[in-house]
Amino acid sequence: MTKEKLNQNNSVGVVKTQSFTFDFLKLESGQKFGPITLAYETYGILNKEKTNAAFIVHALSGDAHAAGVHEGQNNPGWWDDLIGPGKAFDTDKYFVICSNILGGCKGSTGPSSINPKTNKPYALDFPLFSINDIVNAQVHLIDHLGIDKLLTVSGGSMGGQQVLSWLINHPNRIHSAIPIATTAKHSPQQIAFNEVGRQAIMADEHWKSGNYYDGTTPSKGLAVARMIGHITYMSDSSMAEKFGRAKKGSAEPFKFTADFEVEGYLRYRGDNFVKRFDANSYLYITKAMDNFDASEGKPLEKVLSGIKTKVLVISFKSDWLYPAYQSKEIVKACKLAGLETTYCEIDSTYGHDAFLLEVEEETHLIKHFLKKIFYAYEVTGEYGA
Amino acid sequence: MNMARKEVQLDRRVILDLVKPQSSVLDLGCGTGDLLYLLIKEKQARGQGIEIDDQAIYKCVAKGLNVFHGDIDSGLAEFADKSFDYVILNQSLQQIYHVEKVLNDALRVGKKVIVGFPNFAYYKARRQMFFNGRAPVTGSLPYQWYETPNLHFLSIYDFRSYCCLKEINIESYICIGDKYRIKFLPNLFAQVGIFLISK
Repeated sequence: MTKEKLNQNNSVGVVKTQSFTFDFLKLESGQKFGPITLAYETYGILNKEKTNAAFIVHALSGDAHAAGVHEGQNNPGWWDDLIGPGKAFDTDKYFVICSNILGGCKGSTGPSSINPKTNKPYALDFPLFSINDIVNAQVHLIDHLGIDKLLTVSGGSMGGQQVLSWLINHPNRIHSAIPIATTAKHSPQQIAFNEVGRQAIMADEHWKSGNYYDGTTPSKGLAVARMIGHITYMSDSSMAEKFGRAKKGSAEPFKFTADFEVEGYLRYRGDNFVKRFDANSYLYITKAMDNFDASEGKPLEKVLSGIKTKVLVISFKSDWLYPAYQSKEIVKACKLAGLETTYCEIDSTYGHDAFLLEVEEETHLIKHFLKKIFYAYEVTGEYGA
Repeated sequence: MNMARKEVQLDRRVILDLVKPQSSVLDLGCGTGDLLYLLIKEKQARGQGIEIDDQAIYKCVAKGLNVFHGDIDSGLAEFADKSFDYVILNQSLQQIYHVEKVLNDALRVGKKVIVGFPNFAYYKARRQMFFNGRAPVTGSLPYQWYETPNLHFLSIYDFRSYCCLKEINIESYICIGDKYRIKFLPNLFAQVGIFLISK
């Protein structure tokens, strides 16, 4: 089925972002921080037993709007291809939740939110937070929704890091975990790319140590950070296919205009990104990704042992930002720890972006995996007991 | 049930009969997962498969199986000693590069190992070699020389003497043709040998 068809026939329709506020969260650093608001969306219906909830966790630049459309807008959510009636996360069967992360800038409390103590944006007064903190905040949300145990938690890239955090720190709150195109810890190469992005932001004269909210934003720096990001999300062959060496036409040569299609594309992506994303959020979130180590220095299999959660790990052949070997390390640890695990490296040329684009393959894997978990759950009451 | 039993391919039926109920099973080169599925259904086994072909993986997942996408030649090192009751290599031994390494690993990881392979000394293969002077194509060796995934060609005797040489216990072995067990001169008349071994 083509992407267009999937979209047209099976949308969850018009959706609204909701929000939930709780008093405080004890961060891993020891600091108590609050109040915290999380923006979230839900699709489908929570069953009476509250056993059909799937939690979707987003990547670096994502938000709570994972599926459907907002009133009066045309852009579907970032994972609309996978969430909806009959899709991988079938909203006829499952209740799907997605929330904007702590530290984000799309409705959840982050550096651009107003600090109630000063009535000004937090900026760099916002505390450093970790992936585990992000997940601990999500636990508050599912408590609020009255869900004891999620059917699954799933996400790609940084979303995958959150999935691993759920798996290791809250195994009793999830029946299954689907980490996609992710890693248990960033390699120096991944940290390096993030650092270049951060340096681009901080080198922007408008950044002003994060205090830019009443003036010009460091949009040049943030755009460059996003451009670097986009290069790492694509593969050599997907770029070649998408742009080739095609030129944009009328531009005069040798004046450093965007001559090539790929240059125009990156500039467009960068310029678009600054309209919807906060530079300080970018700094904080990339730092949380870099600092994340799922097993905190211990062997991963040690922290996984004794866990009964079922795991589906997915990677993509051409993903060089989160290469398959990193997923295989997760799988290896699951093997050693005796977790029931399925692993598939999808044959894709899209690079890291594949987790948003390889709809058919992901749908097949996730749909059947969830069916197995949910069906066994329905039959036995408590799966994995 | 009886109907279903009849439809199961004979090599799978033989392996099913070798596996004790409620065992843990690792199927190396599980393909589309038909055997693993039967082991779980009929023997209440806890099963894990390893398969290199992604299309086969999708079929396994559709059957609700746990599978790892990977190469058997390098995929066993992570498993702890004796972590499975059975490790199965059905129709995959002859297709892997490092037979000895994989067999040793399988014997380390599994309490018992079940190996099923096509018998190269089957009389029809011998006949084709001897009279026609051609590389054999038979029911259990269905490929032309230019398209075969098989890297190793062995007979039932070969495997028996290998086990003897390497001090591997042969707990039992069953030789089969198309439809029946072959007890008379199996190295000549059987198409497939299935060995239950341990170390």
